[in-house]
Amino acid sequence: MESSEKLPLAYTSRTDRWWVEPIWTGAGFLAFVFYTTWSMLQAEFYWFSAGVEGFGGYLSPFYSPLIFINPTANGAAPLDHAWFGSWPGWWPKLIPASPAILILIGPLSFRMTCYYYRKFYYRAYFLSPPACAVAGIPRKKYKGETTLLVFQNLHRYTLYIALGFIVILTYDGIMSFFRGGKFGVGVGSIILIINPILLAGYTFGCHAFRHLVGGNKDCFTCPNGKTTKRYRLWKGVSWLNGRHMLWAWLSMVWVALADVYVRMVAMGRWTDFNTWGM
Amino acid sequence: MELRNFRIYRGDSDGGEMMDYQTEVGKGMVVLDVIHRIQAEKANDMAVRWNCKAGKCGSCSVEINGKPKLACMTRMNEYDDDETISIRPIRSFPIMRDLVADVSWNYEQNKRIAPFKPDITKKDSNGDYHMMQKDVDRIQEFRKCIECYLCQNVCHVLRDHDKKDIFVGPRFMIRVAGLDMHPLDTEDRIPDVKDEYGSGMCNITRCCTDVCPEHIQITDNGIIPIKERVVDRYYDPIKWLTRKLMGKSK
Repeated sequence: MESSEKLPLAYTSRTDRWWVEPIWTGAGFLAFVFYTTWSMLQAEFYWFSAGVEGFGGYLSPFYSPLIFINPTANGAAPLDHAWFGSWPGWWPKLIPASPAILILIGPLSFRMTCYYYRKFYYRAYFLSPPACAVAGIPRKKYKGETTLLVFQNLHRYTLYIALGFIVILTYDGIMSFFRGGKFGVGVGSIILIINPILLAGYTFGCHAFRHLVGGNKDCFTCPNGKTTKRYRLWKGVSWLNGRHMLWAWLSMVWVALADVYVRMVAMGRWTDFNTWGM
Repeated sequence: MELRNFRIYRGDSDGGEMMDYQTEVGKGMVVLDVIHRIQAEKANDMAVRWNCKAGKCGSCSVEINGKPKLACMTRMNEYDDDETISIRPIRSFPIMRDLVADVSWNYEQNKRIAPFKPDITKKDSNGDYHMMQKDVDRIQEFRKCIECYLCQNVCHVLRDHDKKDIFVGPRFMIRVAGLDMHPLDTEDRIPDVKDEYGSGMCNITRCCTDVCPEHIQITDNGIIPIKERVVDRYYDPIKWLTRKLMGKSK
């Protein structure tokens, strides 16, 4: 076929299994979105401290930070953990009183505008194109990221939100090593401290972060020829950036796993093995 | 040596078809060897562009079993013995004859890019420029480009949507990146990157990086950094406000 002809969707001369990657990435992320939405709407069983009051406990990362708390919900955190107290009266009855509803838009916007995620969802969902050298959906007017998708250029602002979540989830990870103010270790503590580490590996390897810490400079050694701190920082971020896809998937799967663990322990389905003996 | 089956595109700008060939393939042969053998034994008039046979001249770009590759760097042992291997010219550019495509559009894009313009105040007393290796490492990656145009061929903006009038393609995005990140360069190309070279048309699907035989990280190290520079200039509201307040143009 001549290059100017519009080819039908999925037209290719490739003989390998090119469709495997868009299917597994598309299905994997869709599974995450379904689980996250379900979990967000539950509005319960997101906290576990074995009924012990005081500093410490396991908090699901989907529900952190606890902006408001409905203390009557099953498996809810104690009211003194809320940033702004109990759930506001003006909240519509039809929408579950779930802190996750107010929170998840932040990390989700970071992932949806991420340069790696763009690669896979343009391929898997937009079929633009589904794989390399495989024809995408025929369009009369392809505009790329110049019109409707121009918002992708604000990725760095979603990065600022994601950086805030690293701080919050690190605090939660540390908190998980305490129960009633007493230090200890549980399976949940390990899961919840690995969570911000993986998220940090993903967030600090972000392309926008790489640009902001040094990529926007043309000269790393100016003005005196000595290596600058920004150069070292840029090199470190570049190392993470080279593995951005790996960090993206690991952190995404782990954050869901952390929610599953806290939920199951809070529901009493799973036993949390720990040094507190409770 | 064993007999293997091939299907090779034969035709010109008026059209053509895939033709079947059989030839013996020995150990260590690459696809370009096979093409030469078929050319010598069965199709003396078959056109193929090649030169170095070492993956450095970028001449022998074709599509082997639908994948854009250099024929000289594709070993025959990558394929099963009973597999019929198809060889086509690169799809995004007009066919001249058989496996040869007309890639001259790319040369025209190169001419549109503002050339290197060094800061003459940085010359030393001998009239020489100095740069630290750390500053040059980043842009030297882009100098590895052999201009095989496999990235241009696989880019769906050029391949599927034929937007050659508004997007210069990944090869020239990294050429611009290499110039724009140069520590001595003073030319401002960012307005052209957005308005003339069409950086917004790229939707980061990374096929250019996947096919690059020089393993240049075209997307991560070239296109995305240059897109972020466009964001600095045109889309970041805080940077825009800061420039307005400080009275700066860029």
